[in-house]
Amino acid sequence: MSLKLISIQKSYKEPSGENLPVLDVPEFELKTGEQAALVGSSGGGKTTLLNIISGITTPDSGQVLIDNVEITRLPEAARDRFRAERIGFVYQTFNLLPAFSAFENVLLGMSFARGRADRKRAKELLEKVGLGHRLSHRPGQLSVGEQQRVSIARALANRPSLMLADEPTASVDPANQDKILDLIQSMCREHNVSLLLVTHAPEIAQRFDRVIQLADFNQVLQKT
Amino acid sequence: MNLFTIALKSIRQRLLASSLTALSVALGVALMIAVLVANKIVTQSFDLQRIGYDLIVGPKGSELDLVLNTVFRIAPPIENLPWRYYEELKENKHIGVAIPIALGDSTEEGNFPILGTTVEYFGVEYAEGKKFRTSSEWPRGKWESVVGATVARVNGWSVGDEFRMVHAGQDDHVHDERFTIVGILEPTGTPNDRTVFVNLSGFFAISGHEKPVEEAIAREAEFFGETVEQVRAYHADDLKEMAAHAHHDHSGHDHAHHDHPTPNLQKEVTAILVRMKEDPKRPTLAQSRAIEFAAQLREGFKAQAVNPIRPMQRLMNNLVGNVRMILLYLTGIIIVVSGISIFVSIYNSMSERKREIAIMRALGADRMQVFSIILTESMILCLIGGLIGILLGHGLIIAAAPIVTARTGLVIDPLIFEPLELTLIPIMIGLAALVGFIPGLTAYRTDVAENLSS
Repeated sequence: MSLKLISIQKSYKEPSGENLPVLDVPEFELKTGEQAALVGSSGGGKTTLLNIISGITTPDSGQVLIDNVEITRLPEAARDRFRAERIGFVYQTFNLLPAFSAFENVLLGMSFARGRADRKRAKELLEKVGLGHRLSHRPGQLSVGEQQRVSIARALANRPSLMLADEPTASVDPANQDKILDLIQSMCREHNVSLLLVTHAPEIAQRFDRVIQLADFNQVLQKT
Repeated sequence: MNLFTIALKSIRQRLLASSLTALSVALGVALMIAVLVANKIVTQSFDLQRIGYDLIVGPKGSELDLVLNTVFRIAPPIENLPWRYYEELKENKHIGVAIPIALGDSTEEGNFPILGTTVEYFGVEYAEGKKFRTSSEWPRGKWESVVGATVARVNGWSVGDEFRMVHAGQDDHVHDERFTIVGILEPTGTPNDRTVFVNLSGFFAISGHEKPVEEAIAREAEFFGETVEQVRAYHADDLKEMAAHAHHDHSGHDHAHHDHPTPNLQKEVTAILVRMKEDPKRPTLAQSRAIEFAAQLREGFKAQAVNPIRPMQRLMNNLVGNVRMILLYLTGIIIVVSGISIFVSIYNSMSERKREIAIMRALGADRMQVFSIILTESMILCLIGGLIGILLGHGLIIAAAPIVTARTGLVIDPLIFEPLELTLIPIMIGLAALVGFIPGLTAYRTDVAENLSS
């Protein structure tokens, strides 16, 4: 088992002072190597859920277990380290550092995990995503599609057991969206990494065998 | 990729802002170097730690004036001492060297002070381990002179040139007598560079320099506590000779170069530079004797013997010391201003960098790591600025040294180094850590979720 959520609840305080519930997830599991799409409307709490799973945010209540480690119990610094070593994240806006080259962005992904940055692996990953000839290029010198490829390589740099992808094709032109999705799914399959991809687009969700609908304040429904 | 590399990259990302910040630090440090070195030069200029004399013997009066006049040739002479007193000192069994000096006149060109003395003056080190050197000869002849390096340069004088003297305090009274330059001193970095040295016998031979006889007798009587008759008896031979000379026929020869030595009765000196006899087996003996001798003179009313270092140290502490404190406060302010510039630069950049910080946090950097990255940036900027500043400061000194020497005669070692400079880099780094703290704290507190999606 790779990922397990138990009774996750999260709400935010509105300016008026009232609590706005955002998430209410009774139970969810993702097995090792499994790939699933999480579908929800904009503002439905998809990103919040991914942030909770990755340890960036903590839920108001509930448990998150990854590889049998209850990350919700870990101190913040330990959660940060866990995230660096076990979770890969691909963002809608890529979130590359503009001052760093493609190669350095992937290395940066390795910098906060234990152990030395593996330059050979970084190069190999970039070659696998088709950017072996653009190692020294900065994000500003890469196309949108190429930037997302760098982001994918970075997410896999530390051999994570779980990949989270938050609307990874939302900023990519339609011509490249399928290629990006193919790349994410094939790389995860190749490295036996569980994948949870968030999207609001049904056509993207249809690529996955398992689709989860995340409705406001509703329990998680499964489509088998 | 370690935190240092990440910090360096971040600096390069904002190259212009980072360069300007480092430059402001560099300018501040360069200014600090200049202030510290100027402070050292001022201190060294008045540093009499290594002068070649134990005592300066002069008339009663201000100790500081005596030192300023005889060593630095600044203040006018207090009064004069009878030549007889110099002769007595020379015979003192505890005194090793006694050198008479006469001051007051100045050169017609350049208004440089003229000092009449004996060749013995140049046999004593002007500073520890440093001897006078001349380009040619020493002024052994009556009308011979050596000039300091600055005098020669400013007036364009060379060996063989002649000059006249302006009577003390009377700019329109130029003596007829001429002295010939027989040597030019090598630069010493002391007031000797701006002095013209003439043979003492020539100094006395100048018309108007001999003390009128009756005045001289009265002065000696007062000085030694004798009666006029006793003084006359002491100088009986001189008086007889003067009487004979007064009846001599002077027609047919130039009196200005008349080879009659000045009678001792009519000679006076401004001061006597004294070095006590030394005993290699008892290194502190000379110092003890000097203290004893000075104490003896203090009890009397004739003269005073001054350790040249003490009044200057008092002056340094009371006056120059205050200036030094101001200069040091100034360097402190400069440090603070440099620190503020680093703070402003980094703090202003934090608002643009929240997303960058959030990305690093999302990649697994913990709060302390992002805090450390910002702090490291601050220190790198400071270190680079500091190193550039040190190079810049010393570069300026190297460039300015010959210009300052040419204009003021002050010899500046282009490679001069003030040990306090060693504290600059650690201070700047400490300051960088201090001013980097608040921006670092901003990074520490960055909300990851909020800024990732911004």
